[in-house]
Amino acid sequence: MDKEMTGAEMVMEALADQGIEHVFGYPGGAVLPIYDALFQQDKVKHILVRHEQGAVHAAEGYARSTGKVGCVLVTSGPGATNAVTGLTDALMDSTPIVCLTGQVPTHLIGNDAFQECDTVGITRPCTKHNYLVKNVADLPRVLHEAFHIARSGRPGPVVVDIPKDIQFAKGLYSRPKDFQHKGYRPKLKGDLDRIKAAIELMQHAKRPLFYTGGGVINSGREASQLLRELVKLTGFPITSTLMGLGAYPASDPQWLGMLGMHGTLEANLSMHDCDLMICIGARFDDRITGRLDAFSPGSTKIHVDIDPSSINKNVKADIPIIGDCAHVLEDMVRLWRSTAKQPDKRALEEWWKQIDKWRARKSLAYRNSNELIKPQYAIQRLYELTKDRDTYITTEVGQHQMWAAQFYRFEEPHRWMTSGGLGTMGYGLPAAVGVQLAHPDSLVIDIAGEASVLMTMQEMSTAVQYRLPIKIFILNNKYMGMVRQWQELLHGGRYAESYMDALPDFVKLAEAYHAVGIRCEQPGDLDAAIREMIDVKKAVIFDCVVDPAENCFPMIPSGRAHNEMLLGDSALSPEEAITEEGKVMV
Amino acid sequence: MNSSTHYPAATVSQQVETHTLCVLVDNEPGVLARVIGLFSGRGYNIESLTVSETEHERHLSRITIVTRGTPMVIEQIKHQLERLVPIHRVVDMTVAGPRIERELAMVKVRGKGEHRMEALRLADAFRARVIDASTESFVFEITGASEKIESFVALMLPLGLVEVSRTGIVAIARGPEGM
Repeated sequence: MDKEMTGAEMVMEALADQGIEHVFGYPGGAVLPIYDALFQQDKVKHILVRHEQGAVHAAEGYARSTGKVGCVLVTSGPGATNAVTGLTDALMDSTPIVCLTGQVPTHLIGNDAFQECDTVGITRPCTKHNYLVKNVADLPRVLHEAFHIARSGRPGPVVVDIPKDIQFAKGLYSRPKDFQHKGYRPKLKGDLDRIKAAIELMQHAKRPLFYTGGGVINSGREASQLLRELVKLTGFPITSTLMGLGAYPASDPQWLGMLGMHGTLEANLSMHDCDLMICIGARFDDRITGRLDAFSPGSTKIHVDIDPSSINKNVKADIPIIGDCAHVLEDMVRLWRSTAKQPDKRALEEWWKQIDKWRARKSLAYRNSNELIKPQYAIQRLYELTKDRDTYITTEVGQHQMWAAQFYRFEEPHRWMTSGGLGTMGYGLPAAVGVQLAHPDSLVIDIAGEASVLMTMQEMSTAVQYRLPIKIFILNNKYMGMVRQWQELLHGGRYAESYMDALPDFVKLAEAYHAVGIRCEQPGDLDAAIREMIDVKKAVIFDCVVDPAENCFPMIPSGRAHNEMLLGDSALSPEEAITEEGKVMV
Repeated sequence: MNSSTHYPAATVSQQVETHTLCVLVDNEPGVLARVIGLFSGRGYNIESLTVSETEHERHLSRITIVTRGTPMVIEQIKHQLERLVPIHRVVDMTVAGPRIERELAMVKVRGKGEHRMEALRLADAFRARVIDASTESFVFEITGASEKIESFVALMLPLGLVEVSRTGIVAIARGPEGM
């Protein structure tokens, strides 16, 4: 079933064979043959972004909200270098992306030709794998291999660099049948003896805790289901990382909230005091652990991860289990059910009592105001008014991102798209474009900061062009809020360059993009304004003017341990927690 | 608050060890750059690196890397290498069992009279072979453990050492089993 066609046609054929419906891209000289082939087919729809970074973030949003591979098409030179931030972001957050880049013709490679750059050299450290295709006969295999590598194992971005003469060259294309890579074979099943040992530990634990991350979400919906089953079966408390939000429902009482630098008191103190930590699909990142030599000093650690290099990187695991979360969780659930021994009920009750004491201190509490919109309040209202809808949330990076993680409560996986590892300001708006394309009838909201969103604001054009009714909900405090917070707490209040001067009028800006602008400055107007935003069937920029001085608490200052958290002034002391419960708004 | 950085401080480190890793890779363009880029990007050390295609039909190359780090870093290096798509296997020869490590050096010595005779005598004692000679120079070929080559080169220094070219270490396990 070999068909003769050009390299450019092979690209479109392979995308269609891979079930790709949308490709995010920007044309240029070195990809024109592929754009010509794209023009002459109707299986794959092209989304024209306004900057290549936006293309990758949009593909990330698409991928994270669907579990499918996001696909990007950009030209050589600046097209490829502009994509680098997005590729690095996708690598850090294990997002499956295939990025096709044009390249100057093979005979010009190395000649400093127009719009030439060493794409495979530049992207080598920021991709899971990359290819430079120098022979059209290799192209079909490479394209399909790229998708396989991007989506399997620990997912990540893959670049395929295709010189222009290869796009013109003719060769034979056939759809490969279920192929196996000659060397690359990620391990999916966990070692059963280790899993048994883990279950054994879980049955004897007195202060156990699940600590789960983005790996559970990447592993597919089934993994989240199995996690819920296991947590319910065991009765253990569970906390999740920023990337892991939604794998376990936030409304469930066993859920302790997010952990880490801006995590809840109960989550972090449970991490510190537990005697058994069951880490599933998380990687002991420095935002999670704080000071390593004081990290959960008394616990035995079980670490489930598909990537062997995540294990023992920062924290020594006592029982490392290499495998896909869903596979390992399935074994764990089965083994837990089949063993008669039940965990120590009394010890577990004591543990929960302790956790409830921490909970009672209301570490997320803040002082609300009638004059100024508190950013936490804005997100709480946004949550309340959108929770019963089919909603997807993206964010930029900074204070608003942490408040969103703290106050927006996720019940399902794949609903929360944020830049965790790389911390890319400007991620949320293009990611929302990708999410909305994948879910045209859903409500897609980018919870943004006014500084972040300006980094990729041009993608409003993309949203409007494709009639994507994304909502950009800006918590506008006229500062790079997280920078300002650190300057206030650590640099003597010297606010070097963190004030956002000469901001645009976001309402007029929205109108300039043929979108709808809404501004809200009073707490009393907030609900009506949010409702208006939801009801508008067009893209909206919502300028929510918030208290510029608000800080994000709780906070573990870097270099400190989990039990050295800073709390906001509204959180209760241990004594107050018993007597004055409910006095402050949470 | 006294923590003025955005990151946790480095933790107390373990003892640094030297390990020899053998890495089986697809012999394709860029594969060496991936390995070297991994080492430089993640701040690992390379003390010695040799590479050559060893299985022509399967286009497999064998890379021998000597590196230094704490046990945790060595484990990371191994796993990070295994993560690279064109890498088939990584074996830490230092922990895998008894092994042989060898290096080859070519040593050029220039001199006349007694120096020349002394160089020849020492070469004989070290079982170095003369592979090039002129009326005022020799090139010796010497194979052995790195320490042996170091001592030989040190002895040649006062006898008119001109230059040294070394392969770096290659390693193989003792006994019948393959990698």
